Amino acid sequence: MEKQEYTITVYTENTIGMIGRITGIFSRRKINIESLNTSPSEVDGIHRFTILISESEEVVRKLCRQIEKQVEVLKAYFNTNDELIWQEQALYKVPADVIAEKAYVERLLRQYGANVVVIRNDYIVFETAGHREEIDRLTAELGKYKLIEFVRGARIAIIKDSAGFHAKLKQFEEEEPAPDIVENEFLDQRDDVFTM
Amino acid sequence: MSTLEKTETLEATTIAANTQISGSQAVLEALIHEGVDTVFGYPGGAIMPIYDALYDYNDKLKHILVRHEQGGIHAAQGYARTSGRVGVAFATSGPGATNLVTGLADAMIDSNPVVCITGQVFASLLGTDAFQETDVINITTPVTKWNYQVTDATEIPSVLAKAFYIAKTGRPGPVLIDITKNAQLQLFDYEGYNKCNHVRSYRPAPIVRKEYVEEAARIINEAKKPFVLFGQGIILGKAEEEFKRFIEKSGFPAAATVMGLSALPTDHPLHVGMLGMHGNYAPNVMTNECDVLIAIGMRFDDRVTGRLDKYAKQAKIVHLDIDPAEIDKNVKAAVPVWGDCKETLPMLTALLDKIDHTAWLQQFRELEKEEIKEVINEELNPTTDIMTMGEVIRELNELTGGDAVIVTDVGQHQMVACRYAKYNQSKSSVTSGGLGTMGFGLPAAIGAWYGTPDRDVIAIIGDGGIQMTIQELGTIMQFGAKVKILILNNEFLGMVRQWQQLFHDKRYSFVNITSPDFVAVAKGYYIDGNKVTERKDLKSALKTMLEHDGSYLLEVMVGKENNVFPMVAQGTSVSEIRLK
Repeated sequence: MEKQEYTITVYTENTIGMIGRITGIFSRRKINIESLNTSPSEVDGIHRFTILISESEEVVRKLCRQIEKQVEVLKAYFNTNDELIWQEQALYKVPADVIAEKAYVERLLRQYGANVVVIRNDYIVFETAGHREEIDRLTAELGKYKLIEFVRGARIAIIKDSAGFHAKLKQFEEEEPAPDIVENEFLDQRDDVFTM
Repeated sequence: MSTLEKTETLEATTIAANTQISGSQAVLEALIHEGVDTVFGYPGGAIMPIYDALYDYNDKLKHILVRHEQGGIHAAQGYARTSGRVGVAFATSGPGATNLVTGLADAMIDSNPVVCITGQVFASLLGTDAFQETDVINITTPVTKWNYQVTDATEIPSVLAKAFYIAKTGRPGPVLIDITKNAQLQLFDYEGYNKCNHVRSYRPAPIVRKEYVEEAARIINEAKKPFVLFGQGIILGKAEEEFKRFIEKSGFPAAATVMGLSALPTDHPLHVGMLGMHGNYAPNVMTNECDVLIAIGMRFDDRVTGRLDKYAKQAKIVHLDIDPAEIDKNVKAAVPVWGDCKETLPMLTALLDKIDHTAWLQQFRELEKEEIKEVINEELNPTTDIMTMGEVIRELNELTGGDAVIVTDVGQHQMVACRYAKYNQSKSSVTSGGLGTMGFGLPAAIGAWYGTPDRDVIAIIGDGGIQMTIQELGTIMQFGAKVKILILNNEFLGMVRQWQQLFHDKRYSFVNITSPDFVAVAKGYYIDGNKVTERKDLKSALKTMLEHDGSYLLEVMVGKENNVFPMVAQGTSVSEIRLK
């Protein structure tokens, strides 16, 4: 099965140790996490993990079931890039003299929609946000000059067709399980044997 | 004591709400409210306040002082397996807690409901490398269904309520609660104990989908060659009767996984044996012959499936399980019947057509005859002077009639016991299935006896495994658990030796294990015992063991280089199972 980028969105209780429980599911299977972000969600008190990995759909589906099995996880979704609005942020520290002497560096930054965050006489810090490729391209360009420091943030993503977690949480708070927690269709393709 | 009596006495013996109590007292109050009667544990510095409180609960809680924390948790597992209730183990911080890890991993993979309570250093010392401090929460995360560290006593009642609820509901599993010493000592206003029956982020069981049940019934009704595989889910779901009605309606042949043993009596006419690497011939071969495979409460372990890409490719698979993560994990299901089998099996049974499958069942019986001829006859009634493990189990079956609880350790004796032991009732087989923990047998048998003290509990253990946890003889000595210990001694680490013989050119690398005089060791612990080296003494020795009032150790010398067959060699298909 083809590997591709999947973004896993996990809604959890905000308890200590959740990162360990969730990342352990990946590391145990020797799957590398490309980026991991934890943040509050649209629901007060519910935490949102955004995890980027490159795997086949079948592996990702199974990983999500293992994640949902954790007692303090409410729900795990997985999406391909075209199902998401997503961004990554990056910070660049560039020597001030390079910017001053070489005007095209500034043009370059403008072209990539980078903003100035800090200006000092020894260095300038720029910030940009966008898709991975855009950031990678700018990083490559700036790498030709003196890039003193670079850091890229984890991917954050909004699911295009999600109505948010408020309604879902209500179902979880009721004692009867919600009928739609089962999302498996009949699986009658029996040809491939999967090993994770 | 009946449940009713228990409820009545509960009021009188528990601490009333709105009283000041310590965290330690709250722990013990929680156990009593959860109906716990036995705790297996070992004290130490960081759990001393709980042990101090226990001093006053002596009449309400039986505490069994084990000889090693690993023994404590295995005993709690054994207790859970025979009683169907939650097993409880106490350990102190640091080494006490890390000694639990093997048992937690074992309980996790075999879905045993166990609650472990560990002491921890004072909250102010956390992370300072304090004496006997270890990060038990991080260490145990992958081997617990849930774990939690308590640093404030006010949390104790609700956290323990949650612990018991999570351990025993859905797919059961081990829970560890780590309590810092300050929380154990802290006094707080006790508001009484409320049992937990809902955790918002936790679904014990997925909702049953009627359309899946209907689709499953349609496929099963169309089957010409349906074959049922059953696992421990039947026992954990207390669905033995529902299961029997399901297979009996149309006469489906049914085979057990190791963990499913005793869910259906072994002499039931539809029971066609055990699956897996050392399972029976017919069920392994027929897995690749059937047209519909109905898997109930089992997880398609690699020891059951053999080579996956050659496993039941011709069959439509109907998989019933309470854990959604098990469906499609190893084997793709045509229909996933999510839910508690206690609920789904009757729904499915109601939709079944009565179809006669006698001819199909007969095909299993034909293969069984072949296995009897090639393997079983010689194993159970050997023609040489050398005793076999199988004949010991046969003699045992004749004496117990199949009423005993059989606890095993891990290795050749385990496979032989699982293959040949007779079980009349559920919860009669206690073995380390998923983790294969050598050293499990003796402590698990102690716990198994406390879980069902009216039954005969026989621990069948090899000469290797017994030496891993032999110190638990001290627990038996001190507390009088009536465990019959049957050591099948082949003077080898037999299973590894068998593999070295078959797959490593007979290069016997460190499998030649010497043993102490086991009978003398038992005697040192004031446990009676005997050793049998000749067949003529076997029956009477087993009889003496069973009739002995109290624990007893019997060592039987069996063939040194006997192998367990049939065998599905690793990397081969179940249908390539070899008879020799």
